[in-house]
Amino acid sequence: MKTRMQPIGNAWSKLPRLVRDLSQVTGKQIELEMSGEETELDRTVLDAIKDPLTHMIRNSADHGIESPEKRRAAGKPEIGKVKLHAFHEGGHVVISIEDDGAGINTERVLRKAVSNGLVSDADAGKLSHNEILSLIFRPGFSTAETVSSVSGRGVGMDVVRTSIERIGGTVDLSSTAGVGSGVRIKIPLTLAIISALVVEADGESFGIPQLGVVELVRLAAEDRDRIERIHDNEVFRLRDRLLPLIHLDQVMDLADNEEDDEKDVNIIVVQVGEEQLGMIVPEVFDTEEIVVKPVGKLLKDVAAYQGTTILGDGRVIMILDVSGIASEFGNVAASASDADSSSDANADRDDSATSLLLFDAGGETTMSVPLSLVARLEEFPRSSLEQSGDKLVVQYRGDLLPLLPINGQFGGGESPDPQPVIVFSEGNQSMGLMVHEIQDIIEERLIIRMQSQRPGILGTAIINENATDVIDTQHYIIQANPEWFATREDHGTRRVLVVDDSIFFRQLVRTALESEGYRVVALERPQEAIDIIERGERFDVVVSDIEMPSMDGFSFAKWLKTRPESDGVPVVALSSVNPLTTEPRALEAGFERFLTKFDSQQLIDTIDQLCGEVTLVAGATA
Amino acid sequence: MSNVTATLKSADPAAASSNGDGIAHQLDYENQYVSFWVDGQLLGVPVNAVQEVPNPQSIAPTPKARTEIAGLLNLRGQIVTAVNLRKRMGLPDLDEDQDSMNVVVRHEEESYSLLVDEVGEVINVSTETLEPVPHTLDSH
Repeated sequence: MKTRMQPIGNAWSKLPRLVRDLSQVTGKQIELEMSGEETELDRTVLDAIKDPLTHMIRNSADHGIESPEKRRAAGKPEIGKVKLHAFHEGGHVVISIEDDGAGINTERVLRKAVSNGLVSDADAGKLSHNEILSLIFRPGFSTAETVSSVSGRGVGMDVVRTSIERIGGTVDLSSTAGVGSGVRIKIPLTLAIISALVVEADGESFGIPQLGVVELVRLAAEDRDRIERIHDNEVFRLRDRLLPLIHLDQVMDLADNEEDDEKDVNIIVVQVGEEQLGMIVPEVFDTEEIVVKPVGKLLKDVAAYQGTTILGDGRVIMILDVSGIASEFGNVAASASDADSSSDANADRDDSATSLLLFDAGGETTMSVPLSLVARLEEFPRSSLEQSGDKLVVQYRGDLLPLLPINGQFGGGESPDPQPVIVFSEGNQSMGLMVHEIQDIIEERLIIRMQSQRPGILGTAIINENATDVIDTQHYIIQANPEWFATREDHGTRRVLVVDDSIFFRQLVRTALESEGYRVVALERPQEAIDIIERGERFDVVVSDIEMPSMDGFSFAKWLKTRPESDGVPVVALSSVNPLTTEPRALEAGFERFLTKFDSQQLIDTIDQLCGEVTLVAGATA
Repeated sequence: MSNVTATLKSADPAAASSNGDGIAHQLDYENQYVSFWVDGQLLGVPVNAVQEVPNPQSIAPTPKARTEIAGLLNLRGQIVTAVNLRKRMGLPDLDEDQDSMNVVVRHEEESYSLLVDEVGEVINVSTETLEPVPHTLDSH
């Protein structure tokens, strides 16, 4: 910070020469007086005022100071004076330029403004002295009757004002006819002025830079139950996006305020890298323009702070660094830093960990399911479970949620009450899986060690050093709702690239393929796939959706075929659109196969077959 | 920060051992110390390092920072980091009804406010009476 400050004299050094040249050209005698050169300013600010300053000195010398004859006639000394003075004033630097020239001829200014159409004749009479002066700053205004080589070329004071205002400064003009004119420029010490949202937690105020704030959500007290919980983490469904929530008073280690159910909830949605995060704050005040001051050495290593500031009433408040706060929450930070370093932030990379939800299926067996497949976790009182035909349902959000017990039978003697339910959903369809107890969420690389012969179980993986069954969500989904999907051997290190914008299908395909021993890279957007292929990643098979928001499957397949590194790699279309109309088009675009969503057995058979062919034909597996 | 307290601790035995000594060195700023009490202990900092001793100030707490950092205070527009000496030296907290006093010191271009119980006089300490910090004291 310190090194950024430079004396304003650096920007002034050329001015004496400018004035000397000017006096020679114009035949006037001008003296430049400078004081306050040592006043320090941020370097960026300094650069920004250099040109406006030069311009204004020119103005004063050229328009302001009269010729020696006129000055003599007016009883003034022949040598005109231009004074340049800089000084600090309450967090600002004030630069004043004064000359003892003729002052600004307001009548001429007005006449000019009227002739340029800046003011109407009717209005002209009503303008005050200051209002007339401010006309000078209007675009397209220049009063010099003769255009000289030094000034009056129409690039007027409006440019000066624009450049000063861009750095958050103000320009004031004053003039007394016959005595002289003055310009007062007030600029901030540094450019570190930001707009910040002032919030309060536990009686302490904090500033959150407005730049990172996406929106504010106010949740009425009676809507509190819209905040849901996945294990110990609170989430909020905001326009179909799952927003992880954190409490400001908790993350800041402040006294834990008793949750007041009567109070509305303020959620500040902040952007951290590619992710959004909801911060629950007890109180939101107003936004304020604040000057960011650096924190001292002792506080530099505290990630939660970006700086500090002094509010108008003299209080010191800390400015929060939202990304620093988020970094304390493993997941968000990891992906945020990924986003900084590369574009594949959303890639579920084959060597990266999968979040798994562990639950007790009863009888002391722990099972797991990839968390990304889980829509919600719910608890229903047993009394609310109802029988419908041979199925169990529960009224849920104005609809009936079909329920299935994890262990195949319902009504064992030790059923928990309330009943924990894992809800899976896609589109408008949902189903609930009744489990004995939700245990934990862990991050682990999912490797299925043993294929399962039991229905509903994908296989067994080692999770937390325990053998854990990974359930086949498809099995249960189909049981609960057979129309959900018009509807599963070892492959070494075959790599499959899956591109699909629906995380649900991405995860489904991934689980299905991984359980067959394929290594899967699942990406949301074709562009991410293109990026990693261009970076040299190679795959044996590409599985792509057709309908995707940013780039459709056809363009993606065509791109793949134009690249030597990916030409020859079979591309499989996986789509829910009508095969009759789309299949020919897909084959033309370069897809080898067209499959409908979602028959995992069909997909696996196809991929097995394609992989076999590739090895036989070219060995294009780099 | 450790440096500031280092200065302080090293000044400590000196200050404590030199009550009323050295009137002859009135103008010798090198050997003048601002004395103050922390939990009944008399300590001192070189007078050259002291910027000012303001009235009790309101301090904005900085949660998440190290516990000895009491917060920040606004000293006429200058932001000063307040260090709670009792916490830093592992002493019990001051009674709630008592206000800490500030001794604002400058160290490496930055200002710090040392929160102390009470500020004493500026005392002269002759160089001869200075003794090294006993090495049985740990390094901070």
